[in-house]
Amino acid sequence: MPDAPGLELIRGEIEQDHPGAVVDTSFAQERAVLVVDAAQVLPVLRWLRDSPGQGYRFLSSLHAADYLPAEPRFAVHYELLNRDRVERIGVKALLADPAVGDQGEGPRTDTLARPQAPPGQDPQSDLPQIDSCVSLFPTAEFQEREVFDFFGIVFRGHPDLRRILMPEDYVGWPQRRDFPMGGEPVTFTYNERNYG
Amino acid sequence: MAEPQRPPGGEAETEVMTVNIGPHHPATHGVLRLVVDLEGEVVRDLRPVIGYVHTGIEKSCEDKSYWKVIPFVERMDYVSYFFQMEAFCGALERLVGLEIPERAKYLRVIFLELNRIHSHLVWLGTTGLDLGAVSMLWYCFRERDRILDLFEMAAGQRMHTRYFQVGGVIEDIPLGFEEKLRSFVADMPVRVGQYLDLLDRNEVFLRRTKGTGVVPRERLLELGVTGPLLRAAGEPWDLRKTFDYLAYPRFDFKVPVGTVGDNYDRFRVRLAEMVESTRIVEQALDGLPEGPFIADDRKYVLPPRSELSTSMESLIHHFKLVTEGYRVEPGEIYYAIESPRGELGCFVLADGSAKPARVHFRDPSFVNLQAFRDMSVGTYVADMICSLGMLDPILGGVDR
Repeated sequence: MPDAPGLELIRGEIEQDHPGAVVDTSFAQERAVLVVDAAQVLPVLRWLRDSPGQGYRFLSSLHAADYLPAEPRFAVHYELLNRDRVERIGVKALLADPAVGDQGEGPRTDTLARPQAPPGQDPQSDLPQIDSCVSLFPTAEFQEREVFDFFGIVFRGHPDLRRILMPEDYVGWPQRRDFPMGGEPVTFTYNERNYG
Repeated sequence: MAEPQRPPGGEAETEVMTVNIGPHHPATHGVLRLVVDLEGEVVRDLRPVIGYVHTGIEKSCEDKSYWKVIPFVERMDYVSYFFQMEAFCGALERLVGLEIPERAKYLRVIFLELNRIHSHLVWLGTTGLDLGAVSMLWYCFRERDRILDLFEMAAGQRMHTRYFQVGGVIEDIPLGFEEKLRSFVADMPVRVGQYLDLLDRNEVFLRRTKGTGVVPRERLLELGVTGPLLRAAGEPWDLRKTFDYLAYPRFDFKVPVGTVGDNYDRFRVRLAEMVESTRIVEQALDGLPEGPFIADDRKYVLPPRSELSTSMESLIHHFKLVTEGYRVEPGEIYYAIESPRGELGCFVLADGSAKPARVHFRDPSFVNLQAFRDMSVGTYVADMICSLGMLDPILGGVDR
């Protein structure tokens, strides 16, 4: 782990090349995290990967979280690792929910009712978007698909952005905090055909 | 094995046929579906289709108080349940700043390493089955049963033991456990030697594993592959050595690495790991410190049963912990350990309530599965089955 001053140094160096990319830093429980603007996440990741003296070349994990009452609502987490120095650094890209805009106040809670366009065909103005990092870290392919599947976060430039764990025809983004818990209706085609 | 060759002269042989393998197929090690493009017997492309055992465990965890999450996450990777427990409990302990007693650290190491041997035994048995070495299954499951007996003795359950708690372990090891464990530890290296005798001079096994499924080390690193697969390619990367968690820095053990990175190296690395794990168990048993086996922090840990009838405060703590659970200050943590398949990471997001706002597992099977295409494209379909066995994915962990 870079320590707290080390993290600020990294932030300062990124600021020189990409002004405004790093929104905030956090250092808690011995975990250093750069909070970045989602629009500039790719340059920051590339900088951390390729800059001499940084060399965070291994992406351990990519996952997302929904901080529902907070704004911006979503965050994509990148757990980077420098295997030579055995140091981890987290990058957290904040993403607002574009669907909030049309209502004016507060996040919408009717995720289920929202019509869902198939990925890659329509400009998904309804879904939060972020650049895919598959070109930098090929390991992100499955993990970005998983995030898309569960949170409805679109990764621009992903080679094959489809649902991965949920059924292909599933509607809704199950890991969002406003997605109801429990009660998944199971349709038996036999009943549908004979009694439906 | 030699580069697959085109059969002489047949133009008709160049036709590419798409074959569906699975999801229910004994050689897919769980409900994994493979859509394979075959040209004759040669794999030209391959797409794994997963999600058949997705049960929404991560979502369900958001509706459970922290201590109730433990049995849930155990059921993700159902062969290495102790590792899921350690990833989650360790993450939470770091989040709330709870130090666990020395004895608990050693006990955790003992059970983690026994679980690693158990997991590799299941791998060896089922992969042997795929490769026609049917008797391996019986030998491996014989030893696996002794490990399960030990789990049952300590925790009351053979699988999914819920033995690790936030703060330590639920109970101390019972009388007679040590003796039984010592006899197992003495036997296990001999057994591994016997497995080697059975397989390492078996011409069929050698011809099917040597030189097949090779992926260069750089490519494996790009794909995020960790664990025995990466070590077989010659990269000595083991989180037990590199990161300081539990009591691992105090034990003397080696990290076996391969040279070529083929299926044979993967097999040898895992067998050597079993022997190293036995050494760790032995050292942990020798150095097992006396003292409490769970932290003495009543805000997170249940009070001892005996206190409930004498102490009003303990009763209140017990009631609060069992009904509401404990609240965790807002924060987030990523904690990674070395599971039998690689880096098992646990991300926990706390929002101040008694339930986690997000629990995510970075499962090594899920990430490693991406390397399967590189391992198989251009090889025979029979080598693909061998590579899948050596990849050792647990679909419960892949789909979560």
